[in-house]
Amino acid sequence: MTNRLTHLQTLEAESIEIFREVAASFERPVMMYSIGKDSSVLLHLARKAFFPSKIPFPLLHVDTTFKFKEMIAFRDQTAEDYGFDLISHTNADGVRDGINPFDHGSSRYTDIMKTAALRQALSAGRYDAAIGGARRDEEKSRAKERVFSHRNAAHAWDPKNQRPELWRTFNTRLNPGESMRVFPISNWTELDVWTYIYAENIPIVPLYFAKSRPVVDRSGTLVMVDDERLPLGPGEQPRLEMVRFRTLGCYPLTGAIRSTAADLPSIIMEMQASRTSEREGRLIDSDSAASMEKKKQEGYF
Amino acid sequence: MTLAIATPDTSLDLWLAQQTEKSLLRFLTCGSVDDGKSTLIGRLLYDSQLILDDQLASLKKESHNRTVGDEGIDFSLLVDGLAAEREQGITIDVAYRFFSTDKRKFIVADTPGHEQYTRNMATGASNADLALLLVDARKGLLTQTRRHSFILSLVGVKHVVLVVNKIDLVEYSQEVFDRTEADYRVFAQNLGFQTFAAVPVSALRGDNILTSSERMSWFKGSPLVPYLESIEVARDKADLPLRFPVQWVNRPNLDFRGFSGTLASGEVKVGDEVLVAASRKPAKIARIVTMDGDLTRAAAGQAITLVLDREVDISRGDVLAHPQAVPEFSNQFQAKLIWMNESPAFQGRSYLLKIGAQTVPATITDIKFRTNVNTLEQAAANKLDLNEVGTVTFATDRAIAFDSYAQNALTGGFILIDRLSNATLGAGTIEFGLRRAQNLTYQNFDVNKQVRAGMKGQEPQIVWFTGLSGSGKSTIANLLEKRLTAEGRHCYILDGDNVRHGLNKDLGFTEAARVENIRRVAEVARLMADAGLIVLVSFISPFEKERRLAREIAGDIRFTEVYVDTSLKVAESRDPKGLYAKARRGEIKNFTGIDSPFEAPLTPEVVLHGGEYEPPALADQLYDWLKI
Repeated sequence: MTNRLTHLQTLEAESIEIFREVAASFERPVMMYSIGKDSSVLLHLARKAFFPSKIPFPLLHVDTTFKFKEMIAFRDQTAEDYGFDLISHTNADGVRDGINPFDHGSSRYTDIMKTAALRQALSAGRYDAAIGGARRDEEKSRAKERVFSHRNAAHAWDPKNQRPELWRTFNTRLNPGESMRVFPISNWTELDVWTYIYAENIPIVPLYFAKSRPVVDRSGTLVMVDDERLPLGPGEQPRLEMVRFRTLGCYPLTGAIRSTAADLPSIIMEMQASRTSEREGRLIDSDSAASMEKKKQEGYF
Repeated sequence: MTLAIATPDTSLDLWLAQQTEKSLLRFLTCGSVDDGKSTLIGRLLYDSQLILDDQLASLKKESHNRTVGDEGIDFSLLVDGLAAEREQGITIDVAYRFFSTDKRKFIVADTPGHEQYTRNMATGASNADLALLLVDARKGLLTQTRRHSFILSLVGVKHVVLVVNKIDLVEYSQEVFDRTEADYRVFAQNLGFQTFAAVPVSALRGDNILTSSERMSWFKGSPLVPYLESIEVARDKADLPLRFPVQWVNRPNLDFRGFSGTLASGEVKVGDEVLVAASRKPAKIARIVTMDGDLTRAAAGQAITLVLDREVDISRGDVLAHPQAVPEFSNQFQAKLIWMNESPAFQGRSYLLKIGAQTVPATITDIKFRTNVNTLEQAAANKLDLNEVGTVTFATDRAIAFDSYAQNALTGGFILIDRLSNATLGAGTIEFGLRRAQNLTYQNFDVNKQVRAGMKGQEPQIVWFTGLSGSGKSTIANLLEKRLTAEGRHCYILDGDNVRHGLNKDLGFTEAARVENIRRVAEVARLMADAGLIVLVSFISPFEKERRLAREIAGDIRFTEVYVDTSLKVAESRDPKGLYAKARRGEIKNFTGIDSPFEAPLTPEVVLHGGEYEPPALADQLYDWLKI
């Protein structure tokens, strides 16, 4: 046996150590489960961290009511297969007010059904640590975030007042009302995530694989018609196209790409050859250069 | 350099296998403001084709009105993340970047050059195998170059590359490069770097980044990226003694008890005998458990769960080691300390110290000296300010297992946490233990007022209440004591009831006896404050001379004279113990306010108006004034 770990083995071990630190240091941790590929990796790492014990905290899914149907089916099947404790939270006020991305715009819809919903769920659960799947390579402001990222009592992030983080010695201490966001795969890149999924044979939502799906083309963005709630313009007709998704979220806000990549090696291959960054498919980021940083200060994950 | 992209002639499976076999190199970039760190990282990302089309488009747009290279791009825009930084045009926090070649994956910590952010540089350096130290070819070595080199050495970075940037602005001069390299070699000779290389580059123009620059044919060394791809930095942690810090006790059911953690160093095999560093209890490794199946052996860096062959009392923070090479186990050690907070480090202060999975209260027992990070000169100091580095001794509340940082960074590095705000205040690297726990004599450790106060996390002091009987002194003192105690302070009230009945029961009420009474109370208050307490003294103490005596006895201890100014009429109407009535009837002689005077204080620190406000409001006023 060689003593040198590969970069994936190193990343895996470091992530496991972070999970264990959370379990050992906090009273009420929770893991954010977004059902995407990063969440699948996170879940896999959590299972490894605590084996043979079960994951010692619940998984929280913020259901905006506009997630792809296949995501919800995958979520419920995964919860059953692995037997973890799943909490699904929806902003009831938003549902009552009929908040949707079509009438209220993507930004307001996201604020209410995602950001506010997350705050509600975290406050209601009195969670002192929320584990998320954010990676530093995703976006500029995330590159500076700590692995253990402190939040004040209003769930807000103060980028100028972050705790220095040395070695793997994490300061996990909190005052009453404060909380921690923890990012075990901070140092993974998108390529790391995909090669790890490949190497470890981790199940992911089938939407990542190319398949013939009904879509409408809206100024270059392919929106999948996942149910009858998507309003169609005059003369707009869903067409079946071979598409897949690089990132998953609310179906009206997530653009598909034309692709024939139907298995993992083809996806990785296609990703390496493509010249567009991952978050481009997410419409919330394109508002302004600093929009993600602002959202994080307000409590968006 | 070949890129991390599959080409038609490599098979997909082979390429994927290659992706999973790469090694990892973590390095940091440091240097002065404007040396071009961000530009260099942007260049590395760009040249390894990790800048994607949409990023490139927005980059070109943003590069308008900025210094750009041949590609028309200001590369620093790629990595200057936070909005504040974009406004100020400087990097103020550690940013992590990722790129890979077909040989290696790289994690880059981009650290700030400004002096006030030196703590962030230390943060970036703590996880780095190697450092790129940038200098501007036009400026040569600066104060910050020296400071950053010292911090690298302090945090134990063993491999350094001096990147002489902006060489294009000195016409690719070999003479400038040679002089800069020579200057640095002289400066760095005592910093303990294992490898050193210098490379002349232009990050903006891409010279000597991926390939040797035609514009510097005089340079015979390796260009930057090929050097980073090939340098061997793995200090083989597997060759160090076994250190397994127990992070989490894994107990899914009554039949399984495992100890989960990451091997900090060394190697462990099934059947090995191990010791718990603290209790010296031995056990053998029965199983090495992972979700992928049991292992027969595991090495440094692996996250595993150990099952032992017998019941041993082990909890989070314990360290397992082989019996022939156990870590130090002590409650005193000397360390270098980098201070990272606006409020200074003081001798005698108590903090929480976290090392590995162990967290213990710890007190700075002595600041031996401060090291000037620019000149490396040592000077006496009684505190460490933000970004200062000192050599200090610590005493922890209970013994901890550790190694010297030079031997093992993961078991020799610690952070200090504020006990109230929970902020991370500083980082330390242990030099040596001062005392083995089995050796019971204390050395180099003067227990004094500062140390005891530090352990209590408060400023010991005397609050002296004076006023008529019935003025409300004791009521207010009691309320204040409750509030302070609720906040975790350690207080004690001295009043007539607990002193006159014991310590002073031999004293009467003659003038001489009253002076002796106050003298004794003041001496007891001083002793208690010396022991670290906040002492609330509630005595009528009617004479100015006695109160001055008490203040003199207190010496350098903070002394607050509180005059509870309640009129005789109000005090007499309250008469809680019926004493005024007795005095009026002549049953008590020399009663203050009736047949003995009360000298109102001339210069009390605080006056509380007892007739006008209720005791809780007065206690709050006093609390706000004291700011304990």
